[in-house]
Amino acid sequence: MKHLKIPDDLSKYKKSLEAKHRPDTTRIFICTTGCRALGAEEVCKAFKDEITKQSLAGKIEMVETGCQGLCTRAPVLTIEPLGIFYGRATETDVPEIISRTIQKGEVIDRLCYSEAGKRIPYVRDIPFYSKQKKIVLKNCGSIDPRNINEYILRDGYAAFAKVLTSMTQEKVIDEIKNSGLRGRGGAGYPTGIKWEAVRKVQGDIKYMVCNGDEGDPGAFMDRAVLEGDPHAVIEGMLIGAYAIGSQKGFIYVRAEYPIAVEHLKIAIEQAKSLGLLGNNILGSNFSFDLDIKMGAGAFVCGEETALIASIEGKRGMPRPRPPYPATSGIWGKPTNINNVETFANVPVIFLKGSEWYKAIGTESSKGTKIFALAGNVKNTGLVEVPMGTTLREIVFDIGGGIPGRKKFKAAQMGGPSGGCVPAQHLDLPIDYETVKEVGAIMGSGGLIVMDDSTSMVEIARYFMEFCQDESCGKCVPCRIGTKRMLDILTRITKGEGTKEDIGLLKELAEVTKTASLCGLGQTAANPVLSTIRYCLNEYEELIDKKGSQSSTQQTPVTQP
Amino acid sequence: MHKAVTIKKEGVPAVDLTKCRAILAKHTGATSADLIPILQQMQDAYGYLPQNTLEEITASMRIPLSKIYGVITFYSQFSLEPRGKHTIKVCTGTACHIKGAPDIKKKITEVLHIHEGETTKDYKFTYEPVACLGTCFLAPVMMINERYYGKLTTEKTEHILKSY
Ligand SMILES: Cc1cc2nc3c(=O)[nH]c(=O)nc-3n(C[C@H](O)[C@H](O)[C@H](O)COP(=O)(O)O)c2cc1C
Ligand code: FES
Repeated sequence: MKHLKIPDDLSKYKKSLEAKHRPDTTRIFICTTGCRALGAEEVCKAFKDEITKQSLAGKIEMVETGCQGLCTRAPVLTIEPLGIFYGRATETDVPEIISRTIQKGEVIDRLCYSEAGKRIPYVRDIPFYSKQKKIVLKNCGSIDPRNINEYILRDGYAAFAKVLTSMTQEKVIDEIKNSGLRGRGGAGYPTGIKWEAVRKVQGDIKYMVCNGDEGDPGAFMDRAVLEGDPHAVIEGMLIGAYAIGSQKGFIYVRAEYPIAVEHLKIAIEQAKSLGLLGNNILGSNFSFDLDIKMGAGAFVCGEETALIASIEGKRGMPRPRPPYPATSGIWGKPTNINNVETFANVPVIFLKGSEWYKAIGTESSKGTKIFALAGNVKNTGLVEVPMGTTLREIVFDIGGGIPGRKKFKAAQMGGPSGGCVPAQHLDLPIDYETVKEVGAIMGSGGLIVMDDSTSMVEIARYFMEFCQDESCGKCVPCRIGTKRMLDILTRITKGEGTKEDIGLLKELAEVTKTASLCGLGQTAANPVLSTIRYCLNEYEELIDKKGSQSSTQQTPVTQP
Repeated sequence: MHKAVTIKKEGVPAVDLTKCRAILAKHTGATSADLIPILQQMQDAYGYLPQNTLEEITASMRIPLSKIYGVITFYSQFSLEPRGKHTIKVCTGTACHIKGAPDIKKKITEVLHIHEGETTKDYKFTYEPVACLGTCFLAPVMMINERYYGKLTTEKTEHILKSY
């Protein structure tokens, strides 16, 4: 690979890649990340074998991509330039796809996406796709994440080159501030203000950290971004590092994400050999080095001070703030921590400008948000929509509604720190503030749909069990508060609850919320409070019926 | 997250330290920040963290054994006991939970006679829960070693377990 020495080299390199591009080649984009679980690799191999057998190399090219979003149809593939989408393909379908679809342009009905009995062969017509706005996910599912050239062909690293050659640190931060970008890791803190704080702290060593711990059960957005477009995250980190004056970065990835780690390793290697990471990048006096840190299985390590402790090789226990990481982070040095999706938003802000970015979204929340849509919904998968989209649009228009003859009951947002949004709020435009008002949080983007057969008390119990198990035990309110609340919830789901239990729960919730050391304890009671707020009748029914519902404790959560 | 730890001094077979020393040799000059990566590599090499490897780490990194145990017992990934040949990770995340993960867990216990966190007597399987594998669209899901099995039913689970 060529080593880029000056910023101009990047655009020249891109031109040389464009010259090699052959528009007449049919390209088959197949997801080999999430879809691996349902045989995508075997299908891909079958295509490659067939291409060799029929000597079609040069005419047909396989592109192994990250998540294409419509995971429910896994393994999925898109055929370009035809624009055809196929799902649930197997090895045996391969010869037919080549002979009929690619060579004759015919559509194979059984592989098409269908909705309300109608087959929809073309990507552009599938509501799941046409109703989304892909900014962060624009490359995810349409490039090979293991090939930096494909990222560069999509204007990759151009934003960074622009920043490096024509912008001061202050200007970069102003641009981010003006864009209105807020952290996607849960709390929605303005990214520009965070960067500015770290920039202003004196110190020759500063760290730039990407939080890819994604421990929130039911969330897989960060996994998809890291697997499907790792360079976007690296480029975002580079721009941030330049702005705050950092030379060293870490990406902290959850232990359960082996493919993300694999793709990140490749991406970092390739960026290094092209000269986009390392010393004196593109001939400037800016240097930046990036390492991967693998988590070891602890949810609380997603909390920033715990994450710092974990990077330092310690037990991942949070500590009180202040001092904030901005002044005292890794090894006591100024440290900036952002979420994966936050970083992935950065390049496009510089490519298209903060004014363009700002025009998307609502008054208080700009840009788009990626949601991991799961649970009792037809189209489970990954969706990106502008802030301000309603829950109804996400669940029904994009998600295709509730399977079977069941009804929508609630969506759980923000995982164990969040709450449920019931049917009466389906038309609520989703942004950081509105979601909070109704008692949930935006969180990282997990959105679990529940139908009318789901027991909300059981869901509250489930989340409390999770928090209790993941509580690091350092502070008493969280350690004991979660345990006691779990005891009560378990009692209620077993049909052994009493009338007083609800009051007791609320009281415990309040104490745990106000007295806990970190976000884990402070938010652990949210699912309880939100289910009491909207589904008090379910609690009361269980308490009144005493014993008759005892089977709901472990099984079945969703009655058949 | 919190594991009951029994530190058995006697009766625990000491393992051959060749692999352990090779790993430590790759990390000369390692600081405490390298402890977790070193433990991860150790566990990859031995399948768990044998007592005598920890003693080697203590000596070579000059980190007290108590600190090392502190780290090991904090993170659910680490194991101080020998593990089965195959690791079954059953997702207990939200999406899997509402789609029937509790039934899958029951089935595993029924077929293998072990509970979460345990290893079968013949060291064939270790069974552990994990909160979300990030493949919620396949719910309910389990992973055996590096392989995912999605859209599980109790019958399918039994069939899969018996195929190993
Ligand atoms: C218990 C707990 C778990 C968290 N887990 C994550 C996580 O997995 N990923 C993440 O980006 N932020 C997580 N956070 C939030 C981080 O502490 C931090 O606010 C975030 O990484 C900042 O990035 P942002 O400003 O880009 O959102 C967690 C917070 C708490 C309290
Ligand atoms: S909840 Fe099971 S894979 Fe996410």
